[in-house]
Amino acid sequence: MAKPTSLKLHTKQNIVGWAFVIPASILIFTFFFYPIGKAFLLSFQTGFGANAQYAGLVNYKRLLSDNTFKTSLVNVLTFLVLQVPVMLLLALALAYTLNDHKLKFRALFRTALFLPCATSLVSYSIVFRSLFALDGFMNALLLNLNVIQSPINWLANPWTAKLVIMLALTWRWTGYNMIFFLSALQNIDRSIFEAAIIDGANGFNRFFKITIPMLKPIILLTAIMSTNGTLQLFDETVNITNGGPTNATLSISQYIYRLSFQYSPRFPYAAAMSFVVFVLVGILSAMQMRVGDKR
Amino acid sequence: MTRYKIGTFLKYLFLTIAAFVSVFPLLWMFISATNSSIDVLGGRLLPGSHLVTNFQNLTERANIPQAMWNSFRNAAVSTIASLIVCSVAGYGFEIYHDRGKDLLMRILLLSMMIPFAAIMIPLFMMVGNFNLLSTTTAFVLPSVATGFLIFLFRQSARYFPYELIEASRLDGLSELGIFIRMYVPVMRSTYATAAIITFMAGWNSYLWPLIIMQNADSRTMPLVLSNLIAGYVTDYGLLMLAVSISVLPTIAIFLLLQKSFAEGIIASAR
Repeated sequence: MAKPTSLKLHTKQNIVGWAFVIPASILIFTFFFYPIGKAFLLSFQTGFGANAQYAGLVNYKRLLSDNTFKTSLVNVLTFLVLQVPVMLLLALALAYTLNDHKLKFRALFRTALFLPCATSLVSYSIVFRSLFALDGFMNALLLNLNVIQSPINWLANPWTAKLVIMLALTWRWTGYNMIFFLSALQNIDRSIFEAAIIDGANGFNRFFKITIPMLKPIILLTAIMSTNGTLQLFDETVNITNGGPTNATLSISQYIYRLSFQYSPRFPYAAAMSFVVFVLVGILSAMQMRVGDKR
Repeated sequence: MTRYKIGTFLKYLFLTIAAFVSVFPLLWMFISATNSSIDVLGGRLLPGSHLVTNFQNLTERANIPQAMWNSFRNAAVSTIASLIVCSVAGYGFEIYHDRGKDLLMRILLLSMMIPFAAIMIPLFMMVGNFNLLSTTTAFVLPSVATGFLIFLFRQSARYFPYELIEASRLDGLSELGIFIRMYVPVMRSTYATAAIITFMAGWNSYLWPLIIMQNADSRTMPLVLSNLIAGYVTDYGLLMLAVSISVLPTIAIFLLLQKSFAEGIIASAR
């Protein structure tokens, strides 16, 4: 008697369970997996709509000789190599300094450092664009302090434009990464630090010999997130420099956007490029996980 | 002892400089919103009397109330829809888990690795085919279900006492009833965290609306801001006022709910 009812009950619960998870699953398949498959198929075509034709690797071959694509790839990798490590180190140093219970105004410092996270990417980009305009605040400040004799055209020079993008990214995301480090540091047993102090380790040694090794998983996580974000950079380069001067800050996402939605749309070629971004994100994340495992 | 003092001094100096650099651009933005463009460019750092003039000029150039409403409506609908769909799914994946559902969950999590740039063209084509361009539905659809939110709710369901579910079943509550009356009230903090992340993401979203919001009346705040810098001559007072208006709601959420905000950010990285 008991068995059939419990079996029935179990089946009923199983059905309810599937009913709970199916709507979300359908949505994810429709709006993530189907489009990525579609982008993959599209990347082997030329033409569009009724004119679509299978064209093999034509789009991928064209990528290899596309100088604008190479420029955008180099730009993004430059940001990745120069900005991400500086930002993560800064975030780590700030978290380490903040993680001191005797520190006064701790909550105030944390709030201030974390505040940039509350701004949208477009908003802060416009603020930075204005600060670094030729007739903007930075030049007025530096002229008044006699640091420079004539205004610097920050956004019109390839390297200073890159620098402004990197400064902006650092401003927006250092506090964000700091929050991860801070929450991880709070989980480290304080007796380890106390023992190290008794053993005579100075602050510098404690930071490099204890804090960094113990935070390795979080450092890895933030590195992967930053890599991911930098490879998909869009809002900042569009709104601070619009990719200029002459593509010196053009990101891959912005180039894909231009190919797809400005001038005459070239969806298949843009799809090939976007698929490369997908693979690149995967490879770089896998590499970072490998390196992290070895150390 | 002096070495200790120097160390403490350097610590505070480091934090003070970093905090100042963090806050200054926003402070400058708010101050500049009250100044004329000429004063902004002259480097004026005191609040001025041009707030009303800037506001009048701004309303002539852009329909700010419409854009704010669009941003709010899109973000709010997106938040409500994802919270319902993802919390139900997260709960289902945990409470009724079996091998099939565990596998499905693992597949869904893979969606988090897909960069938006890689799927935006097919998504745009889909939305176009369904005649949904310039609609809230189009804005919301791709972000209703996300691997991350499902994961977040599944994790929180893990700490939900199973005895409570069994007791409720004996009391004759339906499975959906248990979810609504037992799980939802207990998990308020998870909902708060999820709501903040989703709302902020919707409010700040730029690339997706840039593609789909082709009708001028459907433009959200980030799009309007981005349009304001397109002209030849920039009125910095007006521009900073527009930016200030757009960040005010998120800064308010941030200052009021900083703890949930930080938890949301940490949770969003799984």
